[in-house]
Amino acid sequence: MNAAPDKNKLIAGATGPWEIVIGMEVHAQVLSQSKLFSGAATAFGAAPNAQVSFVDAAMPGMLPVINKFCVEQAVRTGLGLKAKINLESIFDRKNYFYPDLPAGYQISQYKNPIVGEGEVTIDLKDGESIRVGIERLHLEQDAGKSLHDQHPDHSFVDLNRAGVALMEIVTKPDMRSSEEAAAFVRKLRAIVRYLGTCDGNMEEGSMRADVNVSVRKPGGPLGTRCEIKNVNSMRFIVQAVEFEARRQVEILEAGGEIRQETRLFDSRAGETRSMRSKEEAHDYRYFPDPDLLPLVLDQAWVNDIAASLPELPDAKKARFMELGLSAYDASVLVAEKETADYFEAMLAAGSEAKSAANWLNNEYFGRLNKAGLSITDGPVSAEANSAILAMVADNSISGKIAKDLLDIIWSEGGDPKAVVEARGLRQVTDTGAIEAAVDAVIAANPAKVEEVKSKPKLAGWFVGQVMKQTGGKANPQAVNAVLKVRLGLPDDA
Amino acid sequence: MSVDKDTVRRIAKLARLALEEERVEPMERELNQILAWVEQLGEVNVEDVPAMTSVVAQRLKMREDKVTDGGQPEAVTANAPLSEDNFFVVPKVVE
Amino acid sequence: MSDPTEFTLAEARDAVRGKKISSVELTQAFIAAMQAARPLNAFVTETPDRALAMAKASDARIAKGEAGKLEGLPLAIKDLFCTKGVRSTAGSNILGNFIPPYESTVTQNLWDAGAVMLGKTNMDEFAMGSSNETSYYKPVLNPWRAKDSNAALVPGGSSGGSSAAVASRICLAATGTDTGGSIRQPAAVTGTVGIKPTYGRCSRWGIVAFASSLDQAGPMTRTVRDAAILLGSMASVDPKDSTSVDLPVPDYEAGLESGVKGLRIGIPKEYRLDGAPPEIDALWQKGAEWLKAQGAEIVEISLPHTKYALPAYYIVAPAEASSNLARYDGVRFGHRAKGTHEIAELYEKSRAEGFGAEVRRRILIGTYVLSAGYYDAYYIRAQKVRSLIARDFEQAFAKCDAILTPATPGPAFPVGAKSDDPISMYLNDVFTVTVNLAGLPGLAVPAGLTANGLPLGLQVIGKAFDEATVLKVGRSIEVAANFTSRPETWWRAP
Ligand SMILES: [Mg+2]
Ligand SMILES: [Zn+2]
Repeated sequence: MNAAPDKNKLIAGATGPWEIVIGMEVHAQVLSQSKLFSGAATAFGAAPNAQVSFVDAAMPGMLPVINKFCVEQAVRTGLGLKAKINLESIFDRKNYFYPDLPAGYQISQYKNPIVGEGEVTIDLKDGESIRVGIERLHLEQDAGKSLHDQHPDHSFVDLNRAGVALMEIVTKPDMRSSEEAAAFVRKLRAIVRYLGTCDGNMEEGSMRADVNVSVRKPGGPLGTRCEIKNVNSMRFIVQAVEFEARRQVEILEAGGEIRQETRLFDSRAGETRSMRSKEEAHDYRYFPDPDLLPLVLDQAWVNDIAASLPELPDAKKARFMELGLSAYDASVLVAEKETADYFEAMLAAGSEAKSAANWLNNEYFGRLNKAGLSITDGPVSAEANSAILAMVADNSISGKIAKDLLDIIWSEGGDPKAVVEARGLRQVTDTGAIEAAVDAVIAANPAKVEEVKSKPKLAGWFVGQVMKQTGGKANPQAVNAVLKVRLGLPDDA
Repeated sequence: MSVDKDTVRRIAKLARLALEEERVEPMERELNQILAWVEQLGEVNVEDVPAMTSVVAQRLKMREDKVTDGGQPEAVTANAPLSEDNFFVVPKVVE
Repeated sequence: MSDPTEFTLAEARDAVRGKKISSVELTQAFIAAMQAARPLNAFVTETPDRALAMAKASDARIAKGEAGKLEGLPLAIKDLFCTKGVRSTAGSNILGNFIPPYESTVTQNLWDAGAVMLGKTNMDEFAMGSSNETSYYKPVLNPWRAKDSNAALVPGGSSGGSSAAVASRICLAATGTDTGGSIRQPAAVTGTVGIKPTYGRCSRWGIVAFASSLDQAGPMTRTVRDAAILLGSMASVDPKDSTSVDLPVPDYEAGLESGVKGLRIGIPKEYRLDGAPPEIDALWQKGAEWLKAQGAEIVEISLPHTKYALPAYYIVAPAEASSNLARYDGVRFGHRAKGTHEIAELYEKSRAEGFGAEVRRRILIGTYVLSAGYYDAYYIRAQKVRSLIARDFEQAFAKCDAILTPATPGPAFPVGAKSDDPISMYLNDVFTVTVNLAGLPGLAVPAGLTANGLPLGLQVIGKAFDEATVLKVGRSIEVAANFTSRPETWWRAP
């Protein structure tokens, strides 16, 4: 993107402002049952080497056979990134020695990836949208895991992850702030979760971001970049970018040079540091894997996948806005697939879009946040929330009662309608009963009745008293109307 | 093209093959003998010739996404020179 | 028949099936022969107990009328095939203690057909060699000796244990693998038959990989018929090997005797080497005449890129090998150097101790030609030359149905004669390697003797997946050559 640098995103240095340039490589684990080239399981948290086939352990004579589902998910994801699908792609071997890389090479795609250029639009807080170019997406194997702190002089190697299918998604250096970097990952995560191709679980490592950071004088030539490995939360992405950009600015302003290197983000210290083991210059000796043939796809198959894509966040947001939602509300609701699904379940149960959005944003999400629950773990179903809103809409209950009712359903469960009936929460709209209550309050407070004539604002006090008398169930509009007549107040009071 | 001693040391390192210093010179000689011999490929006109990517004219086979393997950590580690609790054990790796 | 080891595979099959001999009797005879032939060093591991148990099971199946195609027939298996529960070394120290927990597809096919395993045959380390001298388990000796000489000769390689075992009649037949000639060259120099089928015909699953785009398993036998029988059982469509081809396996034995009448046999002019022994050329010419006499049409063809095949091979094969052999790192299986405290040191020492000189040399060459800055100049160029070689064959096969060439540039040579000069060793495969580069089937069949009494073979090359024609032409040569010579059994204790 060649737009002029945004002043708000520049960072101040002693010699003037600096611009941060960020590109990303995100590894997203394909949500498959079995591995990319073997039939071993991929589930998280199994016992050591329990999900390892002889292929994954690179035993002599073992051969890879590709998982069709993984290929399909890569295509799906590519389509979701509005990217070019390459009908012919090649699997290459990336050769290097490491204990968690059993074959001594990773099967990856180098010159001919399955997915080419695409793009992702990200929404920033101030309502601005930017486009981040996708360079490529390729399929590759994950490595195993070495545990270093089980023993003073040994490392333990577990190959359960070895061979799990990853999609490596590489962006162009199109991001200019830590906020944009985090927003990109958030958006990418939403897209793969909508597509169902990756669960986006950063804690379990099913989505991992490597962040390439460089700094330059605004608009100047690109600086030397450092790659920060395995930054596994949005918060850490922000911290890592900011720390790294500052570090680079300090070096440059002190007259130093940035060394292109791989750095590790230390989340405890909030800093990046050089990775010793990755220091030596690598020469991966890529060449096409002779155990595999070129991967050739039919355009018709790609078309079928395209036809089966779900509605993605951008399209959904636009549709929600057509239903009357603000851009902000719509983007909050589409940010997580589960949230959007929940909202749509309320619409399906008959709720009106704007009131459902308000209700969720103002009431339900707050309660979830406070309890530390996700939308799928929350105790109130979309149908129950919709039923509450329906009772507000038909004046069966007041807005105030609705909130109380939500609390009851939250802690005790049950069908909102039945709870309203059982507890007598139904709003009193019967004028006779309201008149009786108003009359009782007037009769009991002659002094106030006098006072209100000169201070019409006191009418509110009468409303409160009547509501008290009716246990909060009286329809406030009806109470107001009766009070005005009985107290002889003007209509605009 | 030919290799010098530093290149021999560098590729031995890349290939993770210990090469005693006294073996560097003879290896340099042997490799250069072979490289000089394969050099004759330079005579061939390969313009517009595609590099061979597959020996058989066949589509890449694909498997269904089913768990058909694993659950045998003992067999997987049975040949390991050193293992513990079904982990492979190596000298400590410093990251 | 008094000595069951005189049977061909076909004869033994018929005898066992006809209950003229039990599998146990047959197996016992071969175990005795195998043990008597230890001076040849053909086996890395003998498995007599397993053989007898398998033979017993075969006899039981025969009694129940459930005999498979190879029921009860004792075979020798090249030690490159992983055999479940039986040490599989690939001729290397690095796999000296490796006991696979799985069985290769090819050997499983053989056991499923009822075959009996006598043991694992010696071979060049990781199949890298043409003389069996690179084996960590000591060289194999060729049962053949030159006239009036006791000099030890090599049995060819890398399937030298298998060729020696077949030639010395200590097994009915054996499996081999062929990456640049490793079935055909040892077959030729031991007076036996060997066929490298089309790439993709036999599954590579469970065979220790040398160069994945070139490796193929195949049978090594005494007769062409035996090769047809054994190939029929070794070959299969394997969902575990992405390069195994989805084509049904024909009955190779069925069309074997149908003759060459009307077939066009190509003679590639580029296979006439300067400085090759005149005996080779003479034999080749004789072969063409035999086929012509049986009704074939001899056509001159051109394979212009032949001379570049070996140099291209010595880039592609080491490149793939350098990567395939990276897994031997002392972590999950195989040799681990003692007393290392650091992972890089563990790798470097384990690999340096575990691999022999030829393997180390090829790993270094392969690493070099793939490394940054050299990949295009070496590897890509070699793969382009390979395309040209394949194209040569394609054009040639427009004019002929099969191609006849010498199998080797000479007979078996003395142990040690070429070990100091890698390139002179590599030249042993000059006639065979083109076939691997193009992925085609090639058969070596014994055709005559040198003046000093050593066997020479001819090679028949066919179109992809046309092993049937290759075998048929081979059978015609076999009939015409009437090769009945055999080595004296000097290895047996008097
Ligand atoms: Mg990367
Ligand atoms: Zn990657």
